[in-house]
Amino acid sequence: MFPTPIEKQSRPAQITYQALLPVALLLWLGPLLAVALFSVKPAADFTNANYWGLPSSFEGAFNYGQVFFNSDMPRYLLNSFMITIPTVIGAVALSTMTGFALGIYKFKSNIWIFFMFVAGNFVPFQILMVPVRDLTLELGLYNTKTGLVLFHIAFQTGFCTLFMRNFIRALPFELIEAARVEGISEWRIFWYVVLPLMKPAIAALSVLIFTFIWNDFFWAVVLTQGPESQPVTAGITSFNAQYRAAYQLMSAGSIVAALPPVAMFFLMQKHFIAGLTLGAVK
Amino acid sequence: MTVAVDVPEQESWFHKNQQRLAPWLFLAPGLLFFLVYVIIPVFQSFNLSLYEWDGLGAAEYVGFRNYEDLYWEWVDRDAFYVSLKNNLIWLVLYLLAIPAGLFIALFLNQTVWGIRLYKSLFFFPFVISQVVVGLVFTWFYDPTFGLLNEFLGLFGMGPLNVLGDERFVTYGIIFAGLWPQTAYCMILYLTGLNAVDPEQIEAARLDGAKGGRMLWHVILPQLRPATFIAFVVTIIGALRSFDLISIMTQGGPFGSSRVLAYYMFEVALSEYGFRMGYGAAIAVVLFLIMLCFIAYFLWSMYREEKGH
Amino acid sequence: MHSMFKRTAAALAASVALAAPVAAELTGELRIFLDTSNPAPRATMEAMIDRFAAQHPGLEIETTVIDREAYKTQIRNFLTADTPDVATWYAANRMKPYVEAGLFEDVSDLWAEPEIAENLASTKGAMTIDGKQWGVPYTYYQWGVYYRKDIFDELGLSEPTTWEEEKANCEKIVASGRACYTIGTKFLWTAGGWFDYLNMRTNGYEFHNQLANGEISWEDDRVKQTFANWKELIDMGAFIDNHQTYSWQEALPFMVNGEAAAYLMGNFAVAPLREAGLTDDQLDFYQFVSINPDVELAEDAPTDTFHIPANASNKEAAREFLRFVVSPDEQTEINNGANLGQLPVNAKSSVDNDKFLLQGFEMLSSNSPGGVAQFWDRDAPAEMAKVSMEGFQEFMVKPDDADKVLAKLERARQRIYDN
Repeated sequence: MFPTPIEKQSRPAQITYQALLPVALLLWLGPLLAVALFSVKPAADFTNANYWGLPSSFEGAFNYGQVFFNSDMPRYLLNSFMITIPTVIGAVALSTMTGFALGIYKFKSNIWIFFMFVAGNFVPFQILMVPVRDLTLELGLYNTKTGLVLFHIAFQTGFCTLFMRNFIRALPFELIEAARVEGISEWRIFWYVVLPLMKPAIAALSVLIFTFIWNDFFWAVVLTQGPESQPVTAGITSFNAQYRAAYQLMSAGSIVAALPPVAMFFLMQKHFIAGLTLGAVK
Repeated sequence: MTVAVDVPEQESWFHKNQQRLAPWLFLAPGLLFFLVYVIIPVFQSFNLSLYEWDGLGAAEYVGFRNYEDLYWEWVDRDAFYVSLKNNLIWLVLYLLAIPAGLFIALFLNQTVWGIRLYKSLFFFPFVISQVVVGLVFTWFYDPTFGLLNEFLGLFGMGPLNVLGDERFVTYGIIFAGLWPQTAYCMILYLTGLNAVDPEQIEAARLDGAKGGRMLWHVILPQLRPATFIAFVVTIIGALRSFDLISIMTQGGPFGSSRVLAYYMFEVALSEYGFRMGYGAAIAVVLFLIMLCFIAYFLWSMYREEKGH
Repeated sequence: MHSMFKRTAAALAASVALAAPVAAELTGELRIFLDTSNPAPRATMEAMIDRFAAQHPGLEIETTVIDREAYKTQIRNFLTADTPDVATWYAANRMKPYVEAGLFEDVSDLWAEPEIAENLASTKGAMTIDGKQWGVPYTYYQWGVYYRKDIFDELGLSEPTTWEEEKANCEKIVASGRACYTIGTKFLWTAGGWFDYLNMRTNGYEFHNQLANGEISWEDDRVKQTFANWKELIDMGAFIDNHQTYSWQEALPFMVNGEAAAYLMGNFAVAPLREAGLTDDQLDFYQFVSINPDVELAEDAPTDTFHIPANASNKEAAREFLRFVVSPDEQTEINNGANLGQLPVNAKSSVDNDKFLLQGFEMLSSNSPGGVAQFWDRDAPAEMAKVSMEGFQEFMVKPDDADKVLAKLERARQRIYDN
């Protein structure tokens, strides 16, 4: 193990390390903790310039109540779920198939199609912006959750294909050969042989895509416009415009907006990290 | 092939050609989506960059005039120049996430009690949306009450208006961006460190290697895959920087924190922007920059594929 | 012949509609998009729409309120797809791109109706492009200097009327450890207000208009004079520090806390200032001082408007809604102090008994002989507005770079108006 395990070092070194950990963490999360503190302060603290002292009264319930019952925030949150979940399902479904096709079959254009997915996944959003917006307008899907979902599915297919294809490549190919010898159709091989083996990849990818899509801001701004369809990342800017200079409410709103992917991460940590680090180890 | 032996003669054409057809059937939906929403739009943008279009009326073909305008903005040190310069700063400084991530990973790669929770909490910033990161850091830098100035005040320094000063603003935003990006690189390295071969470490220790030398000669070479991925995602992240700028400064003060990604949006779709064609031309420039890196990544992948 | 017949038919239809405004039962859906996202205006508009709905039970009304800033970029989308029947916007050049693209309905017919023609005459110019009217106004408001009367009293100052008095006042305010003016230029347009006044006072309304239309070089000596006047204020420390980091709302506390003595703003600033605890004894208003005695005073009075998108599906109901909005009673109601707190556009309406509204109304109707401007970002074309306001912000931070800024604006002018 590198660096040398701390238990093998001197007692003072161990104590220093143990003491350093929480300090480092506090520094690391400092800006975020500040926002958490803001979110439980009363408005009066800000007018009295009591920014960093203890809250003069604890108004967490009131502030978060405002966010949940007196603003469009719940709608934005709901929109975010209604955009994120179908995207995850769609992108994972499409890419298990593309990944299967590119991982299992040998044909001439295989590598080029694969590279096209990879390259497309890296292009800057701006080069897609105007045409995708026009397309969405033409389809009558501008300012709908569907319009946003369709684009997200398409774009995420690039990354997901890369992920799935590499995962399938690592599966034992003999299984598929054996199935073919049995005369099982290709579709059934996909469904009954390969898909069950891909469960970990699907789980990892789902968690990852959930976070990516939840946190998307650019496309939300380009393709949607109001509380009836905007996800929370775009909604928070409207929310802030409404409560500009009401720091306690903006802080509470930000924390609410950030929470779902955080919850997702803590619940599915293993899958999340497995997804992110695929390829980081040979 | 072996299946064909007992197949009855009337077997359908589909069945016979299954192996050849199957990949295309599996590819069809994904490929279709990807072509329509990603590949074709890239070419459409190239085409659009030759037009002048306000997004409302009819488009007018202007040849390379949009690029000519960009050239003059470059010569006059106007917005395009500023954006490109800032993009370069982003590219270089954003890469600091890699050593910083490695440093934190080395710091946390221990087995003391509660370390798993520490690792999760250190990773935490990456999970939060950039919009929230932007808000958090806007307040962090606030000239009247920001934590940064409170901190500087302890040493009798400041106050500093990071986001209001053209000299600091880009660095301030990049610093905010480094926060989640470092967390990402950290997790890559933590995973990589887990897989480092303990025997090699022991062997090197017997040879008297330790500390920096050990890191450089023994550990880092084994972390190459992690470094490669960290490099890829960091470069992409640097060139995609849009959310933070949009939230923290809207390109200000007086346009000094623009990057190409934001400038493009600004001229094409923002409050006063009506130049779709011009925006497309900026997007093309950004795309060409990205293409250098994409080509490099694909080349690395290609070599690896051949190697197998 | 044919067109004449059509015109008579239209006139006939219009007079019928006038004779029995509610007789023709309106049906179907009426979709209204509003940018009045701040709590008070939002409630006002929703109440007004409820009253309209009560008169037309057959009409199914759907109201969408979009954040005011976001609305400015989204309008071009919803005018082409998913189009509402009525939408709010702004007068003058700000509506030009949409008029030119054929996305706003020509409502000259409404303006031909005597009810509107007679009572809304003063705003007709701001609604006219190419000799046609493209919407109706629903409110306007004065700009001017809102100041802390108690601070002025404490320092023994009185409302200035000349540039010399203004600077003398400011010197005393600065000496007392305060800034003369609060301002937040993060979103740029607030600096446009300062430019409007300084330039109109230095060079007059006509010159200002020509500059907005790209007919005058930014490196003209007269423009430089405007900036020289501006620089005098900046150099004496008249403006708060770090204004480039604040929105206009975030700049309010400086005035509330007494760190700044005044705010050049639109009348919409009164409501949040009162809410923050300033009483009418502490808060007062004066017209921006005269600078060049040879030019007539001209004011900024931005007009907010309603339009019917060309792609609207229920234009009949939309027209009826526009008539309703500008009717004398509704104008009195929605603009009163408890609601928008602004000025009614209908001459038959009454201005609410509010000291700021009365002063503003008085100022605009009798002390603005030079003319009335909409606002810099509504009078200048969008692109020029953007580049120039960025320049104003830069100048306010680095006043010594005036020449560099003006050279940049001149380059932009040559490119923008050329196309």
